Amino acid sequence: MSEIERYIAPNQLDDALEALAGGPVTIVAGATDLTPQITGGKRSYKATLMNIQHIEGLNTVTKIAGTKKDGKIRIGSLVTVSEIRGNPMLKNHAGILCQAANHFASEQIRNAATIGGNICNASPAGDMIIPFLVLGAAVELARWQGDRIEIRHVPLDEFFTGPGRNMAQDDELLTAVIFDVPPENSIGFFRKSGPRPALEISTVSIGIGGELTEGTLKNVRVAFGAVGPTALRGKLTEAALEGKILNQDVIRAAVSAARQDVSPIDDIRATKWYRTHLIGVFTEELLNNVCQN
Amino acid sequence: MSVKIKLDFTLNSRPVNIEVPAEMTVLNLLRDGLDLKGTKYACGEGECGACTIEVDGRTINSCLMMAVDLQGREVMTIEGMQEGHALHPMQQAFVDHGAVQCGFCMPGMIIQANYLVKQNPELTREEMKRGLEGNICRCTGYTKVLDAVAAVVGLNENKGLEHG
Repeated sequence: MSEIERYIAPNQLDDALEALAGGPVTIVAGATDLTPQITGGKRSYKATLMNIQHIEGLNTVTKIAGTKKDGKIRIGSLVTVSEIRGNPMLKNHAGILCQAANHFASEQIRNAATIGGNICNASPAGDMIIPFLVLGAAVELARWQGDRIEIRHVPLDEFFTGPGRNMAQDDELLTAVIFDVPPENSIGFFRKSGPRPALEISTVSIGIGGELTEGTLKNVRVAFGAVGPTALRGKLTEAALEGKILNQDVIRAAVSAARQDVSPIDDIRATKWYRTHLIGVFTEELLNNVCQN
Repeated sequence: MSVKIKLDFTLNSRPVNIEVPAEMTVLNLLRDGLDLKGTKYACGEGECGACTIEVDGRTINSCLMMAVDLQGREVMTIEGMQEGHALHPMQQAFVDHGAVQCGFCMPGMIIQANYLVKQNPELTREEMKRGLEGNICRCTGYTKVLDAVAAVVGLNENKGLEHG
């Protein structure tokens, strides 16, 4: 563990971004991933420790009304998993987020863990990443550019570059996750597996979403967790489902595509064979749920 | 040695002013810095709930939270639940129902159970189980724990009836 030379807890985004631009900074919010990583020796502190929990404007969930079809939902990076779990607007428009939050760790960890932290930690098994991939979300990254804030948006399915790695630069702060309000006929299902229901790092996780009209799925998005170096979109599975009337033949084709989409490894939690098998089982189960919807 | 940070926060309704090393966890501050040994260290990684405390009305694992983040916050530990010499109703219910075996998980379990009942005074047994998922008892005494929490919930209902 290296020494922390400076601790800051800015209230304003400007000050936080200026500090990030000024040199090596360890960012902390809920600390539920950071603390075990530090004590386990996987990470060490940089010279500056910056607590971002007091930055104004990063802890709200807002629905931004657009013209008829282009409304957006913006979730600030400091919103906790508990807040997502209990948010009625999200339950109504993006229920898959609440489903994933409901299966996330434990109450104590949900109360502390933030959405921004879960995404930046870039775990291949990060539970909240799956529903955001299904929702087609993008992350908002802010940096200090001399005298002003510069913002860029990165689609979440391009954000992860490897286990624990993402596209955010050292001087960038993830400030929000943004996605289009799903149309009225949208469905979304999340499923994860582990030896016990709570406090489990997923053996595999899966999310499926899209627009359902008279048995046909459109704009399908499928996401898989813990079966590759990053959480990933199941492009072959999506293609097997897009525009098709959901029947047992289509479901069988999707199950076989899902097993091709993933590239799991053997590790302490499960074997490659078991993970591939489970992905097929869960794909079938979730698509049967869609049929019954 | 990392830089030391001055903190002001409220602990069990009393103000605390203290200097802490920047990397210290809340659990270490409570146990070693403030000599409050009720909050337990067990797994140290948020799996077991033995270190559960309430911060600004929400329960968290104190082994994961950084002490510097306590600035300006209100903290309640197991030591703050008792009113004078009388046990808190949740503590009393745990005693009455024989929910305590070795006792090590109890401070976290009681803090979490109390939080759940405050959040939802009409908690069902299923909701209790979900809410206590983050608290592990290795004596496997969960049934009596649930009985104790159910008794407190029942108590609240009775009170509700009395007051109309």
